[in-house]
Amino acid sequence: MHCGMCLPTCPTFTETGRERNSPRGRIALMRAVADGELPFSRDFAEEMSYCLGCLACTTACPAGVDYAHLLEIARSEAEQRGLLKTPARSFVRWLTLRFMFVHPRVMRAVGCLLWLYQVVGLQSLVRRLKLTAVLPRRIRELEPATPQIHPPFSDTLVAKNEPARCAKSYRVALLTGCVADLILAGVNRATADVLEENGCEVFTPRNQHCCGSIHEHNGDLDTARRMARLQIDMIDPFSVDAIISNAGGCGSHLKHYDRLLADDPTYAERATEWTRKTRDISEWLVEIGFRAPKPNLPLASTRTIVTYHESCHLAHGQKISAAPRAILRSLPGYELLECAEATWCCGSAGIYNITQPTTAAWLQQRKVGHLLATRAEVVATANPGCHLQILNGLRSADAPRIRVVHPIVLLAEAYQREGKR
Amino acid sequence: MIDALKRLLDDKNVLTAAEDIIPYGFDGTATLKQRPLAVVFPANTAEVAAVIKLTREHKTPVVTRGNGTGLSGGSVPVAGGIVLCLTRLDRVLELDQANLTLTAEAGVVTQRIYEAADAVGLFYPPDPGSMKISTIGGNVAENSGGLRGLKYGVTRDYVMGIEVVLADGSICWLGSKCVKDVAGYNLRDLFIGSEGTLGIITKVLLKLLPKPAARQTLLATFAAMDTAAETVSAIIAAKIIPCTLEFLDRRTLQCVEDFAKVGLPRDAEAVLLIETDGHPAPVAEEASKIEEIARAQGATTIVRAANAEEATRLATARRSAFSALARLRPTTILEDITVPRSKLGDMIRFVNEVATKHNLQIATFGHFGDGNLHPTILTNERDEAEMHRVEHALKEIFDHALSLGGTITGEHGVGLAKKAFLKQQLGDSSYLLLQQIKRTLDPENLLNPGKVF
Repeated sequence: MHCGMCLPTCPTFTETGRERNSPRGRIALMRAVADGELPFSRDFAEEMSYCLGCLACTTACPAGVDYAHLLEIARSEAEQRGLLKTPARSFVRWLTLRFMFVHPRVMRAVGCLLWLYQVVGLQSLVRRLKLTAVLPRRIRELEPATPQIHPPFSDTLVAKNEPARCAKSYRVALLTGCVADLILAGVNRATADVLEENGCEVFTPRNQHCCGSIHEHNGDLDTARRMARLQIDMIDPFSVDAIISNAGGCGSHLKHYDRLLADDPTYAERATEWTRKTRDISEWLVEIGFRAPKPNLPLASTRTIVTYHESCHLAHGQKISAAPRAILRSLPGYELLECAEATWCCGSAGIYNITQPTTAAWLQQRKVGHLLATRAEVVATANPGCHLQILNGLRSADAPRIRVVHPIVLLAEAYQREGKR
Repeated sequence: MIDALKRLLDDKNVLTAAEDIIPYGFDGTATLKQRPLAVVFPANTAEVAAVIKLTREHKTPVVTRGNGTGLSGGSVPVAGGIVLCLTRLDRVLELDQANLTLTAEAGVVTQRIYEAADAVGLFYPPDPGSMKISTIGGNVAENSGGLRGLKYGVTRDYVMGIEVVLADGSICWLGSKCVKDVAGYNLRDLFIGSEGTLGIITKVLLKLLPKPAARQTLLATFAAMDTAAETVSAIIAAKIIPCTLEFLDRRTLQCVEDFAKVGLPRDAEAVLLIETDGHPAPVAEEASKIEEIARAQGATTIVRAANAEEATRLATARRSAFSALARLRPTTILEDITVPRSKLGDMIRFVNEVATKHNLQIATFGHFGDGNLHPTILTNERDEAEMHRVEHALKEIFDHALSLGGTITGEHGVGLAKKAFLKQQLGDSSYLLLQQIKRTLDPENLLNPGKVF
């Protein structure tokens, strides 16, 4: 099937107008390689990494083509053949994929150092003195996007075992994420709060690893499998009612553990159970019928406008669009106003903003334009990558006062405000 | 020649690398592909004309293409030829509200035309299934239909003028904004539906209608296909012309529901999607009458769309039918036979017999109201024995459609897929007349050669 229904939803096709930059074109290239009509070339490998992996095409595809899986295989093959190898790229990949994202303590140590650098004023000093000028261009351009580190991290904010705050109905495990834990640990606290408000006992394992999503998206399937096994060792899926993720990108990957570990005799059964139990927080809340927060203000008072940006891997990867909106609509004092192209990628796309800065910046500006057009004071989004990308985009657009926040944080705040008149 | 093309259009608008051109080797049609020599992207009519002059000097065939959604192989490249991709001609040039017309370049996506008209309370009715990405130039070149054909006709009925580049590179304007215009031969209509074989359409002047004030969408389910077919005949016989009268069989229904999740009943044998539009009072009256007729004919359930969003969701789901069928087998061969409406029941029964006889899976959906059926063979192009049976089945389906006074293609065009059957439909002298016209306008046979004939 090559009907072209995916084309209008593909950001890279929209940018260039060239078929090779579309899902249909990329699949044609993959097929040509498989049929021996095209060598597995460097140009082919570059095309595979030019794809955002936003999966908007999979939502548009009536035929149900599993583009995500095809892309994953093509990227992994490209990595194994070393077609895009340069010393700098290899070092960065080793540093991130094989070192930082594999060792949670290293990740948190880097986070602490970065935090220290920011709070003692070194960062602003460096920026004022324009010392960043000595950095290589790529890194210099990325420096302003350095996220603000917010300790304490989740292990301090959320206890290992926390009871439900009303009659207990479920026992759930909470995944705190790795990058999210450094910059958005408050989201994990809010997630635990909301779960507990809704009758869930929350188990939060200590010192959590990366789920392996970043490895899978970058063609490093071996490490992705290793990280998946570590997760399953940490949480026995048979011991809980649900495994909760609050990051769209992670959740999408976590739900594929069954496929990732299908050939592993020791883990396959637990991986299947893991996939069956994994839920995005909004999906889980709607499933168990979450309690709408009670208003604590007179209804006539002004309402804050909130708009929702859909994380690609939540909307397209997991097909979850209605649940986060149900949460936003339940908030007293808020009004949800839709922005144009809410389901379009913001350009963050894992580490795409590092690997393909031009396209990422174009998408960021396009996104921020649509968000500003709604005149919303709050932008809700449920993925740390999107969160940072939009935050940086708004800062560059001179709109730093707009709040970027996870929907679950707004819900937790609404529960907190109950009864406090 | 490639160097000359690059000088003319700039390097970045002339693609020759394998990775760049392989994705232009096909359109929306199953099983057909051919790698071109190059793909070029002119920016305007003058550049199109210059490319044509240049390729003519080098006796190089040219296949015109928009976004490659055609369903008869019309824009599949020709060996040794170039693909002339018109997607950069993408400006809506004028929306004339005084004369109810819209002028656009050939590469504008159909949906944009619909939206531009809609924004000012006007209506561009033709709505081919791929309208979200198909280009208007391609629609005109193929004379595309759509879901609203029954009441509003097809693309041809909305084309008032075209700009066309001829095989020698000259540029002609055919038509005007006048509702009445009989000056000279009506050559505009000759190019509409000519599938890129007579000239290259670069600009179109389209007729618009006032937007209907109200719509009502109904979904009726049936326990047997015959009952659905009889209901259609009864609606037409009651002198009601709905805007849309679509039919989906059980298999199509299930695939569409798997994709769109709009609440279509999976257990029905057949579904009719009916839409009536116009002024509110007659629309309400027509909807009630349709409901009455369907009930009398034995419809199992009849539901009305609650609001405009639900109606749009249902129509969008229907548009995905062809692609959604690909969920079942790797290759979906979509046909486009059309028969006089009174013969619909006969044709559908015949398609089912053919499927049983040749042991094939055939799903059928289509535009019941205008007799246009899309029997879709679900198969696997890598299975030679099965593909052989598919060929036999197709031949029998075409033969039967023609014997009922039908046509081999209602809206997809002849292209490569149906050219073997064209002569059988037209008869010797009409076929010869078509060939003579082709030779007159394209004596060197460089424009989309090998298509239609």
